[in-house]
Amino acid sequence: MSESEGNASTEAIHAEQIHKRFGALEVLKGVNLSARKGDVVAIIGGSGSGKSTFLRCLNCLDHPTSGSLRINGEEVRFKPDGHGDLAPASRQQIRQLRSRLAMVFQNFNLWQHRTLLENMIEAPVHVLGVPRKQAIEEGKRLLDRVGLNDKHDAYPAFLSGGQQQRAAIARALAVDPLAMLFDEPTSALDPELVGEVLKVIQSLADEGRTMILVTHEMAFARDVATRVVFFHNGVVEEEGPPSEFFSNPQSERLQKFLSNFN
Amino acid sequence: MSKTDTTENTSSALVSAPSQGSSVRLTGWLILIVAAAAIASQMRWDWIMDYYPLLWRGLVTTIILVIVTSVLGLLLAIPIGLVQVVGPFWLAWPAKAFCTVIRGTPLLLQLWLLYYGLGSLFPQFPWIRQSELWPILRQAWPYAVLGLTMSYAAYEGEVLRGAFAGVGKDQLDAGRSFGMSERQIFRRIWLPQAVRRAMPTLAGETILQLKATPLVATITVLDVYSAAAQVRQSTYLTYEPLLLISAIYIIISLGILKIFSRFSSSKQVRLAG
Ligand SMILES: Nc1ncnc2c1ncn2[C@@H]1O[C@H](COP(=O)(O)OP(=O)(O)OP(=O)(O)O)[C@@H](O)[C@H]1O
Ligand SMILES: [Mg+2]
Repeated sequence: MSESEGNASTEAIHAEQIHKRFGALEVLKGVNLSARKGDVVAIIGGSGSGKSTFLRCLNCLDHPTSGSLRINGEEVRFKPDGHGDLAPASRQQIRQLRSRLAMVFQNFNLWQHRTLLENMIEAPVHVLGVPRKQAIEEGKRLLDRVGLNDKHDAYPAFLSGGQQQRAAIARALAVDPLAMLFDEPTSALDPELVGEVLKVIQSLADEGRTMILVTHEMAFARDVATRVVFFHNGVVEEEGPPSEFFSNPQSERLQKFLSNFN
Repeated sequence: MSKTDTTENTSSALVSAPSQGSSVRLTGWLILIVAAAAIASQMRWDWIMDYYPLLWRGLVTTIILVIVTSVLGLLLAIPIGLVQVVGPFWLAWPAKAFCTVIRGTPLLLQLWLLYYGLGSLFPQFPWIRQSELWPILRQAWPYAVLGLTMSYAAYEGEVLRGAFAGVGKDQLDAGRSFGMSERQIFRRIWLPQAVRRAMPTLAGETILQLKATPLVATITVLDVYSAAAQVRQSTYLTYEPLLLISAIYIIISLGILKIFSRFSSSKQVRLAG
């Protein structure tokens, strides 16, 4: 951690040599990735290349087998979890870090038993300790921002996928995160609903939000990302600024991968 | 014993019935009232005034038994269901065994084993006879409460096991990803979603619980059924007391449905997958 100590104020996420094994299957084979504040890092790669697993290791939803992780300049402390992986050593610390890294899931994962507004205030009130009234104000404002003005009291199951995903993004914003982790936010949507969600993500990029975005939307990655990372077989095969990355891919694998999208 | 695999169908049918058309319900009521009036006018009902206090006492006992044993049973059912989903085997296994044994044997047998077995074992220990609890343990109702509670806990433990397992891991991961503690996740996401899933089944099961209560008459507890039985013995009337308590059971059942439908309609939720 010594070499980038000086950047601590601009660095948001720094992951080093992340390994993850599920039984005999080694899904991540030493991934290095970092993001500075304001970066939009797009992760692309084939199915099963470990993109989701990596994202889930960043907030310890999955326990990495080995590696080190620094969030906002703070080293995540690990201890062996007894199953051969690393569990967070301090529950306090990991809960605090998780609340700073809001995640947006492929299947939205809004809490089904709560209205949208209740979904919005859950984490602010019960994790961050924001006064309820203030959380409600903020929740309403964010739902309005993603175009759900008339859906505050609706239950998630009554909404379209696009509406649910926009609500899920608003829910992530409600904790005013240091960085947002998106795992294929549009993959579960009907094609005609993809645009409305991408528009919201675009607006977040425009206001300088730090994001790590796993996606299959190449055109969007090109537009929105400050850096693109190609995962292959559990390692970062290639990375670079979008202009070069897409127009001049170096590795054969990336060339082949990108050719699938043209 | 009275609870069968059809429970789920029965209960969901019962719960959804009110919404399927109030005209059907109204016609039903009308027929019932006319028939009841016709029958009632042919029968003797003067005994009600004499036996009113007895019947009232029995009714109160029945209602309290249903409420107390359902609430206690449900509180027990939550951990019984939960440990079978996430618990270590040394908790999951006994919970499973408990459910299997209780559900696999007649409630009548359980009540008798508790009352005549346990109840007659206790006096052989002087320290129990001398304890503060003895005046309570000498009575029949603790065994009725225990038996009915265990029965409800076993059936609902099984129902909740399914309900807990049915809540998607994604829902819990969403909680974790925002830094909620495991305890908060359980209290604020997992449990409420599981209970909501189980609600329609629980309504039906609670009616079955009501209909199981007459068994306590066999261990000398005076519920509304045994009150009616006493009336029959002393008045030699065959049908009237039975008809009266049938009506009472129906009314309590409707009350149970009403309570449960209030619970589930206050939160109009359609739980996905
Ligand atoms: N909990 C788990 N237990 C066992 N294997 C798992 C688990 N989670 C993921 N895997 C395996 O790890 C590999 C990588 O999965 P991952 O979901 O990270 O891929 P991905 O890059 O996100 O793919 P996709 O584009 O399909 O989402 C897959 O082979 C998957 O089967
Ligand atoms: Mg994935």
